Amino acid sequence: MILTGNHAVSYGVKAARAEVVAAYPITPQTQIIEKLAELIAKGEMNARYIRVESEHSAMTACISAEACGARAFTATSSHGLAYMSEMVFWAGLGRFPVTMAVVTRTLAPPWSIWNEHTDILAQRDSGWIMMMCESAQEAYDTAIQAFRIAEDERVLQPVMYGLDSFSLSHTAENVDLLDQGVVDGYLPRLDPSKLPVYIDPDRPITFGNLLGPDRMMEFRHLIKEAFDRAERVIDEAAAEYSKIAGRPQTGLFENYRCSDAEVVAVATGASSGDVKDAVDGLRDKGVKAGMIRLKTIRPFPGEEIKEAIGGVKVVATIDRDYSFGFGGILGRELSAYLSGDVFRYIAGLGGRDLTIEDFEGIINGALQRAEEGKGDAEEVWWGLKEVE
Amino acid sequence: MKAKVAISKASEGASGMTGMWRIKRPVMDEGKCNKCLMCWLYCPEAAIVRGKDGRIWITYEYCKGCGICSEVCPTKVIKMVKEV
Repeated sequence: MILTGNHAVSYGVKAARAEVVAAYPITPQTQIIEKLAELIAKGEMNARYIRVESEHSAMTACISAEACGARAFTATSSHGLAYMSEMVFWAGLGRFPVTMAVVTRTLAPPWSIWNEHTDILAQRDSGWIMMMCESAQEAYDTAIQAFRIAEDERVLQPVMYGLDSFSLSHTAENVDLLDQGVVDGYLPRLDPSKLPVYIDPDRPITFGNLLGPDRMMEFRHLIKEAFDRAERVIDEAAAEYSKIAGRPQTGLFENYRCSDAEVVAVATGASSGDVKDAVDGLRDKGVKAGMIRLKTIRPFPGEEIKEAIGGVKVVATIDRDYSFGFGGILGRELSAYLSGDVFRYIAGLGGRDLTIEDFEGIINGALQRAEEGKGDAEEVWWGLKEVE
Repeated sequence: MKAKVAISKASEGASGMTGMWRIKRPVMDEGKCNKCLMCWLYCPEAAIVRGKDGRIWITYEYCKGCGICSEVCPTKVIKMVKEV
């Protein structure tokens, strides 16, 4: 089927038999929700569609649906996610296994609708498992795997996955859809009795009551342990899915031609395909390049990446996001795990186009800086123009 | 393995002794009360109790002193008195 990234998510959510979809329909909402509304209205998908008055309420409805034992989904983007933020934390810290697609877009001001990852990364401490998709196919596959990971008894945390706006969300490509029976075998119906947040009307309970300083740390630590276990669950979910789909899947991260690499680029999201093309081009020219594509950002697979590329001399991280006063978020986070020089690049903010040539330039630039003995103290804002 | 979350079960005083928060105390003139139950219906904390004998009284352990009972009482027999 020819699908945009947005519609690939919709069909993934349909295949996963989500029972409740709650959304606020105005901008910055996407076609993900439009298609789901259409599928539900036509009777092709058996779910309750709740049209709410804000993203804050959309997440609240999803949390409540999970408390009723229903599989719940929503989607948002940029300012919608920012507005939803309070309830994003409620879902994560309250352990409601909602899943959510986030079309990553630049936060204003100045106003922008174009691609950047800062919106999703700003939610990184909310207790959600976070992933980034590379293609429409992976968006479909991830929509299904996300429920399996979220609802796994070893995890029971919500999962959000990002799609780069336009280059993934609105770009159509060929997507293989799985037979419903195959997905049903992979993802059984949600058993409410396994949900700690399920409210059984015969045994009424409430959540979110006041908890004093004498107990709070212990509940936070339980979530920490769930995230420790999640790495394995994510890998298992990917491995089993690759069996049913007959296509390789990426769990935590993708190791692309890194085994003998002398320079490795680290990036995430839809540009990753262009980074791989740059790696291939450089290999043709005799440069031993490789790439690490971060699929999962929380839990952050730092130790695993260190194991994969710890011996590589030159690492170039490419962030399409920024934390003021700190740096590119993913580059800085990865630096904490690697002992050698990490050359940090900030690129494509506000949706500025990034091409294969840009990534070749970044990788070559990192090699050159390493050769000149320049340390990794300074980050580079790639393609920055003079401000008049 | 059963994951743990912080929950509370419906029980008297599940949120603690909220009466400690009170600045003003509702005081009911029982003799003049016509048992219309408006205060019992409106009390957000269920701190007003309806006895089997039809008597109405306020549980000061949980009453936060919001004054809604005093506002809704049609016979004006509930006065808000400053706590000392």
